[in-house]
Amino acid sequence: MSTTNFTRRGLMKTGAATGAGFALPTIFTSAASAFTNEPTGDTVTFGFNVPQTGPYAEEGLDELRAQELAVEHINGMGDGGMLNTFSSKALDGTGLLGKKVNFVTGDTQTKSDAARASARSMIEKDGVVMINGGSSSGVAVAVQGLCQEAGIIFMAGLTHSNDTTGKDRKANGFRHFFNAYMSGAALAPVLKNAYGTDRRAYHLTADYTWGWTQQESIQSATEALGWETVNNVLTPVGAGDFSSYITPVLNSGADVLILNHYGGDMVNSLTQAVQFGLKDAQANGKDFEIIVPLYSELMAAGAGENIKGVYGSMNWNWQLSDEGTQAFVKSFGEKYGFPPSGSAHTCYVQTLLYADAVTRAGSFNPCAVVEALEDFEFDGMGNGPTLYRGADHQCFKDVLVMKGAENPTTQYDTLEIVEVTPVEQVTYAPDHPMFGGAEASLGECNPGA
Amino acid sequence: MDAIILQILNGLDKGSAYALIALGLTLIFGTLGVVNFAHGALFMIGAFVAVTVQRFLGFSFEQIDPDKTDFLGNPLKVKVTYVESWFGPEVGGTIVDWSVPVAVLVAIPIMLLVGFVMERGLIKHFYKRPHADQILVTFGLAIVLQELIKYFYGANPIQTPAPSAFKGSFDFGVLVGFDPNAIIYPYWRLVYFAFAVVVLGAVFAFLRFTTFGMVVRAGMADRETVGLLGINIDKRFTIMFGIAAAVAGIAGVMYTPILSPNYHMGMDFLVLSFVVVVVGGMGSLPGAVAAGFLLGILQSFASMNEIKSLIPGIDQVIIYLVAIIILLTRPRGLLGRAGVMED
Repeated sequence: MSTTNFTRRGLMKTGAATGAGFALPTIFTSAASAFTNEPTGDTVTFGFNVPQTGPYAEEGLDELRAQELAVEHINGMGDGGMLNTFSSKALDGTGLLGKKVNFVTGDTQTKSDAARASARSMIEKDGVVMINGGSSSGVAVAVQGLCQEAGIIFMAGLTHSNDTTGKDRKANGFRHFFNAYMSGAALAPVLKNAYGTDRRAYHLTADYTWGWTQQESIQSATEALGWETVNNVLTPVGAGDFSSYITPVLNSGADVLILNHYGGDMVNSLTQAVQFGLKDAQANGKDFEIIVPLYSELMAAGAGENIKGVYGSMNWNWQLSDEGTQAFVKSFGEKYGFPPSGSAHTCYVQTLLYADAVTRAGSFNPCAVVEALEDFEFDGMGNGPTLYRGADHQCFKDVLVMKGAENPTTQYDTLEIVEVTPVEQVTYAPDHPMFGGAEASLGECNPGA
Repeated sequence: MDAIILQILNGLDKGSAYALIALGLTLIFGTLGVVNFAHGALFMIGAFVAVTVQRFLGFSFEQIDPDKTDFLGNPLKVKVTYVESWFGPEVGGTIVDWSVPVAVLVAIPIMLLVGFVMERGLIKHFYKRPHADQILVTFGLAIVLQELIKYFYGANPIQTPAPSAFKGSFDFGVLVGFDPNAIIYPYWRLVYFAFAVVVLGAVFAFLRFTTFGMVVRAGMADRETVGLLGINIDKRFTIMFGIAAAVAGIAGVMYTPILSPNYHMGMDFLVLSFVVVVVGGMGSLPGAVAAGFLLGILQSFASMNEIKSLIPGIDQVIIYLVAIIILLTRPRGLLGRAGVMED
């Protein structure tokens, strides 16, 4: 006669416990490994989360090209690009810690929820150790938060809001791209020389996190010059027709219009401001001027001849003459047939910086990578000597002040470099009020185990 | 006072676009009884006809400029358009410069064809289906069309400038006795308003004063009786679908210097145009036009700083607020008739 210990109650308890265990997201329960997605085979996977559809799809696709190129260079294919000029010589073109690098891609759609969903999928299903890319600060903040919870490193792409490494900074997140404060600090001296100290500025500002911090930064920088701020009008993202917001500008007493817009909004608002005659107008006895604090090559192409003579700022531009830039432009240009954009550059550099940190740390453990990246000083990546500051995970490097070229020779040189602003001029304290003040904190590194 | 005039002017060009799209929507609904959610996509396709014509006129061959280099240090390849090569720099340059008006001529047959294909190929199969099915299939079609445009033209806005003769703006304020610079208005927006008035007038005249138009209006009123008289009303309604598509298309072509075309522009206009149709009264052509201009102007006023400081965010919701008020007080819309969409 045999006996059994199974009871109906016991079976239900076991079933419920097993079900609950399966129901928990696996990224929060990877107890068998030392950290989330610890690579065990002979490959390691990166996750490139970029906008492949939606309004910033062109930028996203350019990021993807650069990321693919970076992976090729890490695996020893192609001409090596910036690996030849990078001051750190840890990467030798044989992959990472003996593993070949693969990548998967996700589509952020430039929507925070979609970006988090694709990032989560890459972490849970594809087992990525790092996520890189993106073209929006709202998306960057959202994905950075997810990576922090999951124990994954987030190497931000194009995100310019102060908040990304300010009040929303995270220990697992790193930003190579410059920010709104830096744009204001770099532009101010150039604007002073070009337009003087007696100016009255009218702001049109995109109504979301990037627009707010961009406006606050440029207002602070221009008011420090002695400029007066006449008005700041928040405009809806994707408004299309900005005429109702532009027409009051001429009668407002302002003689400068600052467009805190990006992407398609910037193309439309600048085009319409020019149509309404602002570039040819006179106000307060001076020529009326337009300023676009953040430029990108793709926006410049969209705005056409309307950007002639308009000042803005950039993180990097292919026309720089340093060795790192030349190596990257040659590598990218020969593969794809056109020069890389600034968003492509920052994603390429971020991918190499992550790989280099893994190699120097000798581990994929996120906390070892964080330690290797914090206060890391490097050169040869196109921006001159650069510091990855440990206090907020923001890169500090020179910033470019740009102007719409008067006589471009090709579709790629519609912007010209006016000044390379030295890093000292754009550096700020980690507890600066625009970056969350003393309360802002990275928190603890999360390895995910 | 100058600010009020300025916002009325701003509202006129926006209202013109709403009115032109809403007119087509109403025509299709009134004749075929179809709620066409792909109508905004026709506006967008028209805009991309302008982009295509601009690119077609810009077809070029390369000449090596030995004195300059490209970004990789190779000798610079300079592009020379075939049009300039054939007609000389002056005449060729003028043709390229006038690409938007040229595109209007090109867009008319293309959009008529697109309209016929859309109606015969897809929408006719849904005449007897519920409105929900029609909305689903036309909305799906709109998404397919916009994704196709994005595949071929990319996601970024594409500059399509007005002819040089209409670039810039003029001082409207001085004309009506205000100080200089009080009311500045771009030439092209005035052109767009005049164009919209002409197109709207032509469509109304066509429906009012031609036999074809008379039959169509009779069919809109009582399709069955017109059919019993031996008239092939379906064929005429198909033609009206093509005309509605052409109106939306040329409205899109002419709007490109105001708003750089992007693949999503049709969807942006579609929702507002539907509100315009409902406010004007389903099936009422004069109602659609009147509501288009009314809501365009109201939207401009709601964007004024003075109004926004009183009611934050009003610029984003004004059209819907007005729609709610009008539908509460006049359930059939401004000029709607009894019996339309009430069965």
